[in-house]
Amino acid sequence: MANRIVIDPITRIEGHLRIEATLDGNNTITEAYSAGTMVRGIENILKKRDPRDAWAFAQRICGVCTTVHAIASIRAVEDALGINLPKAANLMRNMIVAQQFIHDHVMHFYILHALDFVDVVSALKADPKKVSEIQQSISGWPNSSPAYFAEVQKKVKAIVDSGQLSLFSNGYWGHPAYKLPPEINLLGVAHYLECLDWQSQVTKIHTIFGGKNPHPNFVVGGEPLPIDMNSDQALNAEKLAVIADSIKRMKDFVEQVYLPDLLAIAPYYLEYASLGEGLGNFLVWGEFPEGQLNEIDKLIFPRGAIINRDLKNVIVPDPRDAQKMKEFVTHSWYKYSQGDEAGLFPWEGETVFNYTGPKPPYEYLNIEGKYSWLKSPRWNELPMEVGPLARVLVLYAAGHKQTIELVNLVLEKLKAPVSAVFSTLGRTAARAIETKVIVDLLQKFYDELIAEIKAGNTDTFNDEKWNPRTWPKKALGFGYTEAPRGALGHWVIIENKKIKNYQVVVPTTWNASPRDHKNQPGAYEASLVGTRLADPGQPLEILRTIHSFDPCLACAVHIIDPRGKKVGEAGTGFNLVVR
Amino acid sequence: MPKRILALGLGNILNRDEGAGVYALKELEKILPEAIKSQVELVDGGVLGMDLLPYVERASHLLVLDAVDIGAQPGEVREYAKDEIELFYHGRISWHQLGFQEVLAVAKVRGKYPENVYLIGAQPADIKAGIRLSRKVNNSVQKMAKRAAEVLESWLGEIKKKKI
Repeated sequence: MANRIVIDPITRIEGHLRIEATLDGNNTITEAYSAGTMVRGIENILKKRDPRDAWAFAQRICGVCTTVHAIASIRAVEDALGINLPKAANLMRNMIVAQQFIHDHVMHFYILHALDFVDVVSALKADPKKVSEIQQSISGWPNSSPAYFAEVQKKVKAIVDSGQLSLFSNGYWGHPAYKLPPEINLLGVAHYLECLDWQSQVTKIHTIFGGKNPHPNFVVGGEPLPIDMNSDQALNAEKLAVIADSIKRMKDFVEQVYLPDLLAIAPYYLEYASLGEGLGNFLVWGEFPEGQLNEIDKLIFPRGAIINRDLKNVIVPDPRDAQKMKEFVTHSWYKYSQGDEAGLFPWEGETVFNYTGPKPPYEYLNIEGKYSWLKSPRWNELPMEVGPLARVLVLYAAGHKQTIELVNLVLEKLKAPVSAVFSTLGRTAARAIETKVIVDLLQKFYDELIAEIKAGNTDTFNDEKWNPRTWPKKALGFGYTEAPRGALGHWVIIENKKIKNYQVVVPTTWNASPRDHKNQPGAYEASLVGTRLADPGQPLEILRTIHSFDPCLACAVHIIDPRGKKVGEAGTGFNLVVR
Repeated sequence: MPKRILALGLGNILNRDEGAGVYALKELEKILPEAIKSQVELVDGGVLGMDLLPYVERASHLLVLDAVDIGAQPGEVREYAKDEIELFYHGRISWHQLGFQEVLAVAKVRGKYPENVYLIGAQPADIKAGIRLSRKVNNSVQKMAKRAAEVLESWLGEIKKKKI
């Protein structure tokens, strides 16, 4: 076998994502395989249940991307039953989705992705005075004095020197692929620590509209929180003020920290502007409806499919087209009644497990056969990338003014051609670009909600179809949303007032899917080919590209083996290692 | 600065003994005398990751109940003082991989690490998907709760002494 390296976050325990990559003699990746090593199967749990309850189960698919599965689920049921939302409820939902995007993208950048590019140890060599000058030149963010950065540096130094605390110890510090000057590294570390304060202040929309976070409450037909200025229990002036403050904090951080940091870091990693794209096909179901759910032309983030980078001919994909929207299981641990070469449209989808892989612990997967718990969703038989890059490209192609301005700003800063967007760096930049677009939209939704309230339009719930006696004998629904990680769809069939069939096609299934019936690779698999590793023992370059997609695979067991650092390196959820 | 005592039960109750810390917290709630309960905060931290940071950072005294894999006999309960708990940061793929030690580590870097940290852990017997504790760990939970009550009581005693 050629030299194959394996990145498996949790060797020896079940769960998560596993990447196997084959290298040539020059340490360049020739083939990559992406495997989801944990099964979801919530589709089977939902069968025979009341469709009005489905969101509560579906939302638990993920504890990190909270809200998104609930939104897709209630929309699927509302679509099936033909329920229209009151204007205020739709605005509240748009605000929930927007908050999720902003929180998720910022935290992904600083906590999960930044340290692929920011070298913590190098930050110790920075001159705080110069860092201060850089900070003051890129934005008006108040934490910018030399004394502030000296203090951050002192904290980090104390930790590195103490030796007692191995925080940051498992980064690939000093790896030749780190390119930032010490000053930018210190800037990144300072904002890494700051965003932890920020995050606890920017979940107010979820906690107020849905009662809690993560996993706020929802209702089919509207929003569970009534609007009443004279009630402590409802959305009132006091709560609106809390939300307004929360929006301001989001806006300040995105505009003064996140976007400027991206622009400060990206120019040092220009090689990632020409690698890491992969497919060139992109899919967006769309988000932020300004009309009713099925008024596709009133989506602020338009529905669209781009094939082979062709931005001039964006297609509007129909999620109800059984010929185009299919899931394949040729290389997935499932069994289809029509045979494993067939593709199934989600309304006719099947979730029958068929594990044929090696018994763990194993060295390599059998990539010739089935090797993943993720299915291979395909649109018109093509693998598609979903997520920030797909959305920004569709917005760009649709002539969305602010998006075009922001894309041009980034390209100018990088002195890069438009083709640079089709890359790892393009994906990471697209995430920041759409965050800025969304934070402005959030303010707009808030202002519109206030206007509706002032006009007396305070209904948040449409109860016309709440009673199952009003339902048809059989109804089919499609619920869409754009999750931070990409296009998410729920397909439901309701029969005799119960769920007859339910299929979920999630963003990471599109992006991390294994090969299909035609042996076409999924987005992760395609994106890694051609990347050269400076040190195969420390495959930082793979992590950069995979992180740029922001993978989200559910967590498994939270326990650790204190003897082997290896499990620790890949630790999952809650681990306690004891010396 | 006022003292804030926090008892935090951690773990995933859908993976049997992995949820030992959460069960121990519930048991602690039952056996803790009212006089102590009114002076401490009991939190079911579940698997909340970085969302627990504000709780950790505002505590002066942090008692953690959790399942720990220490290669001991299933059900064995062991205790660790502040300096015996290793803190680390790991290369990660997703948010799901945040460990509680990273929450502690981040609190430390930010200069908001509690003055006192104490861990009471039990060696799990079975961490497969499932909703009940194994028989052995079920017994450990009683012991964890009893020890937790004693630790909380002694902390309150120390704080009182210092005040005088």
